[in-house]
Amino acid sequence: MAVAAAAISMGIATAACGSPTKTSAAAAAPAPAPGHTVDLNVWTAFSGSLGTAFDHLVSQFNASQSQYRVTAVYKGSYSQVLSDTIAAFKAHAAPDISQIFDAGTATIMDSAGSYVPVYKLMSEYKIPFSTGSFIGGAASYYETSGDQLDSMPFNSSTPVLYYNKAELQAAGISTPPTTWSELESDASVLAAHGQKCALSSSGAYVMWTDMEEFSTWNGYPYANHQNGYTGIKGMQLKINSAPIVDHLALLGRLASKGEYIWNGVSTSTVPLFTNGTCAMYEQSSASLNTIEAAAKFPFGVAELPVVAGDKAAPQNTVVGGASLWVMSGAPAVHYRGDAEFLHFLMSAQSQAYWASNTGYVPVTPAGSSLLSSQGFYSSHPNDLVAVKELTNKAPTADSRGIRLGYLPEVRQVEASAIAAVLSGKQSAAAAVSSAETQGNTILAQFASQYGG
Amino acid sequence: MPPVFKHRLLPAALILPEVVVVVIFFIWPSGKALLEAFRQSNAFGLGARFSGLANFGSALHGGYLQAVEVTATFTAITTLVSMGISLFLAVQVESTGRLRPVYRTLFIWTYAVPGAIGAALWLFLFEPKVGPGARALEALGVHWNFALSGTQAFALVCALTIWQQSAYNFVFFSAGLQSIPDAVVEAATMDGAGPVTRFWKVVFPLLGPTVLFVTVSDVLAALFGSFAVIDVISQGGPGGSTTTLVYMLYRDGFQNGDVGLAGAESMLLFVLAGALLVVQFKVFNRRVHYR
Repeated sequence: MAVAAAAISMGIATAACGSPTKTSAAAAAPAPAPGHTVDLNVWTAFSGSLGTAFDHLVSQFNASQSQYRVTAVYKGSYSQVLSDTIAAFKAHAAPDISQIFDAGTATIMDSAGSYVPVYKLMSEYKIPFSTGSFIGGAASYYETSGDQLDSMPFNSSTPVLYYNKAELQAAGISTPPTTWSELESDASVLAAHGQKCALSSSGAYVMWTDMEEFSTWNGYPYANHQNGYTGIKGMQLKINSAPIVDHLALLGRLASKGEYIWNGVSTSTVPLFTNGTCAMYEQSSASLNTIEAAAKFPFGVAELPVVAGDKAAPQNTVVGGASLWVMSGAPAVHYRGDAEFLHFLMSAQSQAYWASNTGYVPVTPAGSSLLSSQGFYSSHPNDLVAVKELTNKAPTADSRGIRLGYLPEVRQVEASAIAAVLSGKQSAAAAVSSAETQGNTILAQFASQYGG
Repeated sequence: MPPVFKHRLLPAALILPEVVVVVIFFIWPSGKALLEAFRQSNAFGLGARFSGLANFGSALHGGYLQAVEVTATFTAITTLVSMGISLFLAVQVESTGRLRPVYRTLFIWTYAVPGAIGAALWLFLFEPKVGPGARALEALGVHWNFALSGTQAFALVCALTIWQQSAYNFVFFSAGLQSIPDAVVEAATMDGAGPVTRFWKVVFPLLGPTVLFVTVSDVLAALFGSFAVIDVISQGGPGGSTTTLVYMLYRDGFQNGDVGLAGAESMLLFVLAGALLVVQFKVFNRRVHYR
């Protein structure tokens, strides 16, 4: 019966063959034979100017030696890279290196056997590498509970507050708000001066700016087990807390007056800031170059506001973006090349090139100091804000990062809750409480799959 | 009557291509899905182990009931409305004269537009604040933003599906109407039946087999074929208001990498769809008269 078959075949491709575990770590393999070039595939989500900057680094690496030839392949969005990597791994055709986004970290990290831990790979090939060679907010986000890096932090950004200098000045506001209550009163002042919308947030990642980073920046726990770093079993969200409920209620109040605008996860909010609709904008520092190119007015970048009266704030923000994972199952001769390529990418020169051409932060202190010594930050003070936020204080147990399985799914639930609050359909308390319940179901499913 | 084939191998060879296709594309994947439904593994397929009914437990938790409700509402609305529209149009077109082929082409062409392309087109028309359709709605006083309003997103997805499905139904209703002998209708006219009576007492009952076929096709299209439209328009959101069972299955299996859960969901969907079709055939078979 065709109907039956159609019904079931919807579920098929999900069920590709479970592949047997291959030899995970590559025992130090020799370099390729002279005259023989080994091709290495790197899958990324870098398109446009990011792709150009990454390709530049790749061609520099290729020109620097003759044993390996790296090819960067653009695979689409972050989640597409992850799902393609999974499908390719199951089909025994995984790339050598894959760029996995922040929210996918737990999914791959807990799938032991699918990757070669970068710290082991580096020690295998005697390449100097330690968690300490990366900046706090980036190292802490990707490190294991044993402080080791299974992947190499790469493109890293953090949310900052962009503000339209002309509009703030016209309303008589001399400096951008440093607390959320100040932002709310500034919004009324702006409205009184005819500037209706005061604030917008990232379109696709509002739950990242206003729930995840909001928590670490103000020093609140986001989930138990130190935000998921110390265990999988019994994982529970802690988002149903007064600060987060109050924060969403504040955004809801602003939204009801048109002072805050966000139009769902699939609508970009960048134009709302660059065309002058909204005076301030919470968005990733990685958007700096895009905003610079589009904004026809003087704008500044400030640190995110904190919760007024919170003594721990500001704590530190964590990185968003992605890290590079070395996949297992490749021929042994590939792994030395992987290690050398990663080593090349973390060099101060590569990091400085990458950061100054994209708006991402250098993930190594060496990269930042090279940029400082070149005078980059004195001519580009806006680029420095993200670095300051990430390194504001040494991370605490609650501000290392967010390590949740199925975090992309949890984010979908949170985005729904935010939409419900902003459209006035639900109160912040009801929306956050139901998001926490749904999120915990997702975490329980992850725990039953991964918790052994 | 003697058998047509004396040879044993020839018939086997003749049906082999069909069997191979069915086994590779239907039986094997279905078996895989059934197997995965009872197993749990990590996203990369490592560490798989038997997990009993755990996946079914997770599937029935959370958003499943909402997805069932969304799917049922979506299926009922799109099937009934698109059948109503297409039957009305087909009857009107059949009563026209020389321009009949022109009208027919005009009402059929939308079916030639692939779902994803139709959806992209509608997305452009109804883009909040920008699209002409969205501006027309704003002018009517509707605060149009389907990115935040679940009701509006659902309405948009329904309208688009109806637009496409009506064209498909139109083809079959037109054909069905043409196969009704003029003599029957004329006899009814002689007996003094007006156009409305003629339609409901004579024409509609004779369309019975077509109505059954179209209903089954529409229900299946709504259950399984709505994916492209939803993926382009709303990705199941906002707040799960356009997450049908099939979209949920896609998200869990392909985006979230939870093969076991998706396997369990596809089994549940299979049982649900199978049960629905059995009921449909039972109900209709009592009322449909095949000539």
